[in-house]
Amino acid sequence: MDEALLRSLTPGVLGILVRRGADFAAAEDAVQDALVEAVRVWPEDPPRDPKGWLVTVAWRRFLDATRSDAARRRREEVVDEEPVPVSGVDDTLQLYFLCAHPSLTPSSAVALTLRAVGGLTTRQIARAYLVPEATMAQRISRAKRTVSGVRLDQAGDAATVLRVLYLVFNEGYSGEVDLAAEAIRLTRQVAASLDHPEVAGLLALMLIHHARRASRTAPDGSLVPLAEQDRGRWDTALIAEGVGILQAALARDQLGEFQAQAAIAALHADAPTAGETDWVQIVEWYDELVRLTDSPVVRLNRAVAVGEADGPRAGLAALAELDDTLPRHTAVAAYLHERDGDLEKAARLYVEAAEKAPNLAEVDHLTRQAARLNTRH
Amino acid sequence: MAKYLLLKHYRGGPEPVCTVPMDQWTPDEISAHIQYMRDFATRLEGSGEFVDGQALAPGGTFVRYDGEGRPPVTDGPFAETKDLIAGWMVIDVDSYERALELAGELSAAPGQGGKPLHEWLELRPFLTEPPTITE
Repeated sequence: MDEALLRSLTPGVLGILVRRGADFAAAEDAVQDALVEAVRVWPEDPPRDPKGWLVTVAWRRFLDATRSDAARRRREEVVDEEPVPVSGVDDTLQLYFLCAHPSLTPSSAVALTLRAVGGLTTRQIARAYLVPEATMAQRISRAKRTVSGVRLDQAGDAATVLRVLYLVFNEGYSGEVDLAAEAIRLTRQVAASLDHPEVAGLLALMLIHHARRASRTAPDGSLVPLAEQDRGRWDTALIAEGVGILQAALARDQLGEFQAQAAIAALHADAPTAGETDWVQIVEWYDELVRLTDSPVVRLNRAVAVGEADGPRAGLAALAELDDTLPRHTAVAAYLHERDGDLEKAARLYVEAAEKAPNLAEVDHLTRQAARLNTRH
Repeated sequence: MAKYLLLKHYRGGPEPVCTVPMDQWTPDEISAHIQYMRDFATRLEGSGEFVDGQALAPGGTFVRYDGEGRPPVTDGPFAETKDLIAGWMVIDVDSYERALELAGELSAAPGQGGKPLHEWLELRPFLTEPPTITE
């Protein structure tokens, strides 16, 4: 049984049912039933047209489930106004727009996308986000209810879809499913059906970061900073693919924040050693990013890059212009003061930064930095 | 999508508004208080924001490793101990603002006379996994 095939067919099948007029929640249940049936039947009797098979079975399940008179009347009405069949690619894309609908909260949009487009089970999603299965089931069914009145013929907002995929990639940790890999798979699917430079930018960004993932943590789970990573462990094929996608996107001259972020990631990936990083160009890309997003976090990252390009004093000057309550502000200050030679102040700031760090790996990392300066001989 | 711990304290928080101990309330007032918290948890399950919740017994012991053999145990928490946790609830919400809102609601559980208890709740974020994209 090819689970990957099944999961790649799921959104298209679901899209067709919804387009035919099925309520989103009922359609989703019917597709899940069809998938279970496929797992049971296909090993013995593989269909010639897997997608057609799934649509037929899922549609039959949907009809069975809505057999009451009222439902039948409603169904006959919707069948009457059934639009001209469209390609499966379009249905899938519409489904992405639906799952990322602005009426959903970010966590609901993420859960619904993984379930309806990604084909993951509720249990898998619950485990990935470390919440009880019942909680995740409620989150998904609420999300389904929220979008059930939304027609699939409305043009969706690509930015919200990209935001959801970015969240899946960035915030998910690996449970039984690798959410980063899942985000890449889904983004590839969107990129195949939506011609938009920012989709390409996001895909490139994900590929380049994913390529360096193995080198980001030591075997004991501790963080390895970019400068100390073993660049021999970077996946060069994935980086090359990401850079190729990025260059094609940049050539279209419609810059957006994901392309700019990917360009920065590409410059890091391109350096044979940390010392050969082109920090001057990275600062230029951060200037673009500041122009595009005006995000304080981007300005903070820019201060780090300035510190590398023009020296720690310049970095500290850039940092001084920013609100010191920003996340990681203290960590950046500690690093720049260390590079500037003020080791006592740096050690003190590392301790302070560790107290504010949002995740355990960073807490440990910053505490080690402080300890390294405090115990030097 | 961030997890927060809501900590209820028997004592150890800022000065409480209501200082009448629960054993001085009427049984109905106690039932109303407990029901409020159950309803709160049920509602959070429905909204997909509930992770976990447990109540803790007031008694407990301190345990320490002291070499091979049975570890020494002493009674505790001690009378002079500042902090004593009554229970917790873990929520998973979209924003810090939402976490504050929910903590405020939980703190409004009814006390004596059915009026909100105005109980102080400690709100603490969980440490997470590092994000994939950092630079």
